[in-house]
Amino acid sequence: MSAQFTEDGAPSPDTPPAFQAVDAHAAYDGVTVLDGVSLDVPAGQTMAVLGPNGSGKSTLMRAMLGVVPLTSGRILLHGTPLRRFRDWRRIGYVPQRLTAGGAVPATVREIVASGQVARRRRLSLPTRADRAAVDDALATVDLSDRAGDAVRELSGGQQQRVLIARALAGRPDTFVMDEPMAGVDAENQRALARAITHLRDQGSTVVLVLHELGPLEEVIERAVVLEHGRIVHDGPPPEATGECARPGHEHQHPHPDPNDPDPAHATAPSEMVRLEVPRRD
Amino acid sequence: MTELLQYEFMRRALLAAVLVGLVTPVIGTFLVQRRLALLGDGIGHVALTGVALGLLTSTSPVLTAAVVATLGAILMEMVRVRTRTSGDVALALLFYGGIAGGVLLIGLTPGASNATLTSYLFGSVSTVGEQDIWIVGVLAVGVLAVLAVFGRELFVLCQDEEVARAHGLPVRFLSILLAVTAALTVVIAMRVVGVLMVSALMIVPVAAAQQLSRSFRVTMGLAVLIGLVSSLGGLTTAFYSDLAPGATIVLLALAVFCLAVLVGGVMRRVTRRRTPAPLHPVAEGPADTMPQTDRGG
Repeated sequence: MSAQFTEDGAPSPDTPPAFQAVDAHAAYDGVTVLDGVSLDVPAGQTMAVLGPNGSGKSTLMRAMLGVVPLTSGRILLHGTPLRRFRDWRRIGYVPQRLTAGGAVPATVREIVASGQVARRRRLSLPTRADRAAVDDALATVDLSDRAGDAVRELSGGQQQRVLIARALAGRPDTFVMDEPMAGVDAENQRALARAITHLRDQGSTVVLVLHELGPLEEVIERAVVLEHGRIVHDGPPPEATGECARPGHEHQHPHPDPNDPDPAHATAPSEMVRLEVPRRD
Repeated sequence: MTELLQYEFMRRALLAAVLVGLVTPVIGTFLVQRRLALLGDGIGHVALTGVALGLLTSTSPVLTAAVVATLGAILMEMVRVRTRTSGDVALALLFYGGIAGGVLLIGLTPGASNATLTSYLFGSVSTVGEQDIWIVGVLAVGVLAVLAVFGRELFVLCQDEEVARAHGLPVRFLSILLAVTAALTVVIAMRVVGVLMVSALMIVPVAAAQQLSRSFRVTMGLAVLIGLVSSLGGLTTAFYSDLAPGATIVLLALAVFCLAVLVGGVMRRVTRRRTPAPLHPVAEGPADTMPQTDRGG
């Protein structure tokens, strides 16, 4: 287990949970997406949120950061209600994106440095520490040699790593990553897994929305599975067995009927857990 | 060149052109980044209503245009967020309301003619008065100051609104700030190129600079350079060849764009030849940086 992490790096027994959702409800256009989710994520934990498309897992993550408003319920970040939370430099968010760039060209370094927006003062030039943090972030995702290149010249997997480096550059201790592995080739997946392992070893809190555990299986301490906006599993990661357990298994075969999973595929100790598989879309 | 500076009106026109060439591409870079390239156009149309209001009430048209354009920008930002109208439809609503209001009010103004309307639609830099120059100068300083103070936050906002929210940035405030800054820039540029071509000076230099650069900062710098060359070069050309200044400036900027496309193509080919292994080509087509609206899968 990783140590709890505080500002000075010392473990503290009184550290409040990094994230706390209390009876969280959210809806889009009157359609319920989160239906009473309560969840504590202790500081220092590496947790995966799994579930099929439309289960609300991405919405839960966005709601925890105030990107999506709740219709009822409460969110606390590091013990502070979301509305009063000001310590945004502690949060690193990796959105679900295929590309890291906007319409105007930007270099890898510019994008990564923009992750420091919450910790830098207005009209200030970057300090030596700021620059070092950007260098470290680039090194962690193995992109130091691409710092001066335009982001749009990079492959999708490399752009995903840029987004992770952007989150790292602010030196937060709490990370939320929305499907960082989606659309990323195997080599880039391993690079991402190394970066995430590194974060866990530092004692950071890492919450990941995942399609499947894949190369992150070793890193994940806890898995929460959502279905129809409710938590249906909370505990150790569901173990993949049989063919799916083989290293390098890409998990790209569609399950014929989601309500009747092939027994060779994902099953959980407590209840039937459906791991999401890429759909036809 | 000295001949140019002999005339009082030309000195004022050149000063206005410098301010316009300097300010418009800076704000334009953020608008292009945010995929709101036509925002300037929409605000330009609304500014026309402001101009007409100024003429009707015998106050400075530049001043009333600034007020009305600012209100229009705030309104548009609210329409975009509140009614879930997509950005381009919100803009279209603004276009028509603004232009219709302007034409209607100018028609009501005694002594105002089609010539008055034309001078604001297509610019008439030679009639820029001393008061105009002062207002434009103050606005230019204000716009640059806002962008200097909030530039970093605006970069994140224009890059990815959702990430901006997750950083705890005041997204609504920053959006309105950007729209209002754009509105004031429109008013600055209005006298030089006219409300119908204002947006060209915000967008075309940026589009040209994009062809030649791989960094946001360099794109902005190049865009300012191209903006200054176009506005000063266009104005000078117009003076000596007796052409319409606004149109000459815009056409010059477009010519620079074409040149930049050619040079950029050659530059990329050279770089590719130097790189031994081809990089993974990124799928062409616009990157989606706006918040995704899927149901949170």
